[in-house]
Amino acid sequence: MWQFFHKLGSPKWFYGIAGRFMPWLLGAGLLLSLCGIVWGLLFAPQDYLQGNSYRIIFIHVPTAFLAQSVYMMIAVAGVITLVWKMKVADVFVRSVAPVGVVLTLLALFTGAVWGKPTWGAYWVWDARLTSMLILLFLYLGIIGLGYAYSDEKTAARSVAVLAIVGVVNIPIIKYSVDWWNTLHQPATFRITEKPTMPAEMWVPLLLVVLGTYLLFGWIAFYRMQTEILRRERRTRWVRELVQTGGQSQLKTGGA
Amino acid sequence: MNPARKRKLTIILFLLAGLAVAVGLTTYAFRQNINLFYDPTQIAEGEAPVDVRIRAGGMVEDGSVVRDPDSLKVEFRVTDFTSAVTVRYEGILPDLFAEGQGVVTTGQLNSDRVFVAEQVLAKHDEKYMPPEVSDALEKSKARAAEEGREMPEY
Amino acid sequence: MAFESFSALVYMEGHGPYVWTCYGAFFLLLGLLAWYSVFERRQVVRAQRDQQPLQTSRQGDSSDWGRSGEASFQRIQSSHSETASKS
Repeated sequence: MWQFFHKLGSPKWFYGIAGRFMPWLLGAGLLLSLCGIVWGLLFAPQDYLQGNSYRIIFIHVPTAFLAQSVYMMIAVAGVITLVWKMKVADVFVRSVAPVGVVLTLLALFTGAVWGKPTWGAYWVWDARLTSMLILLFLYLGIIGLGYAYSDEKTAARSVAVLAIVGVVNIPIIKYSVDWWNTLHQPATFRITEKPTMPAEMWVPLLLVVLGTYLLFGWIAFYRMQTEILRRERRTRWVRELVQTGGQSQLKTGGA
Repeated sequence: MNPARKRKLTIILFLLAGLAVAVGLTTYAFRQNINLFYDPTQIAEGEAPVDVRIRAGGMVEDGSVVRDPDSLKVEFRVTDFTSAVTVRYEGILPDLFAEGQGVVTTGQLNSDRVFVAEQVLAKHDEKYMPPEVSDALEKSKARAAEEGREMPEY
Repeated sequence: MAFESFSALVYMEGHGPYVWTCYGAFFLLLGLLAWYSVFERRQVVRAQRDQQPLQTSRQGDSSDWGRSGEASFQRIQSSHSETASKS
């Protein structure tokens, strides 16, 4: 177990292993999410109250869900950076923060567009929406702080601290709808209870959620590989890879 | 794990726990302000200030909606099944506004304890279902009511 | 199929604009993210490639000497000393 953990810390080893997973992540991720989206848009029944506008849920929930999980992963990577000084953990934090920004933006935007026809307003300063906006600023803060230092080790440390401190926002987002009176409705999926929608609605939603997780895995690995190539550009293995690997290996990172 | 790393990890965990407690206490202290709206019971108990812009939310009471035939004026009662408050509003209501549905209204409580709303937002719950299912549910509910049985909530 | 025709699908009983805006933004932003990631990768690899011929040239092939400026020569020196200290 520890040996695996230490191997994971080696950028070269990680580069190779990521390349082996990526085609599968991309293929399965695209398949699942496109199936879910087509099913949700064309075949899932209407909602008795909201009619067709509820179809936004099939992208709103996956992006919001993923935006929060990605932040938690970043916080865990931050702990690993501080305690074990593992390079790959910091590479993860920096490569994935922009992905988090895109996901949070999408969750906020789709939520706003959905809010207009259902609630009657694009934006309301309720606890759920506000804490989600804070998540966006946390992601932006991580990116900004990373650029603020020229020394890579100092940057890694400060980014890790910010990521860890910000993680308290995650339970606030999750439970805001239960703790306070919000305009946002409580969660549709709960671990302990059955979903509050019939199967012909929640199955496509689940497909998109799983698909976007896999796609996130792909884009995370791809961006991490790029960051590793950049940081390790002076090492022998990267120089050899660029010389002998050819375009295909560098593009997809495939083995 | 070597002792130095163990120490570092413990420090991080302690700091995080401390931070969580701090944020938890702060949000608890601000609880009232974070709530988007007052519910009718709070208004009935006089917790909500009069003549100050606030929000009130709850369910639109069944059979309480009175529309003025000549204008967009509408009056309805918002309830949390313990107390209710009368709301007056003039304007276009959101699509989802209906009796038995949740709403959040912004406005002022006047001295007669009537809530004069400037904005009405529809709040919906986390339940989704196809129209056919909802119709069937309504029918069986009506039948159950005729026979005097209690129907379980969906 | 939840819709009877293509136009019904587009219109979605008036909710079409909202739904399609969201899906449009979803594909646009994720597409941009993927495109930008590929762009970054190409840039990193190109920067690396530009440095590469200089390294081979230093091992004997003198035909490249004329092209490589003094600044790039400095760069090779530093990169070599760094790899040496690392390994």
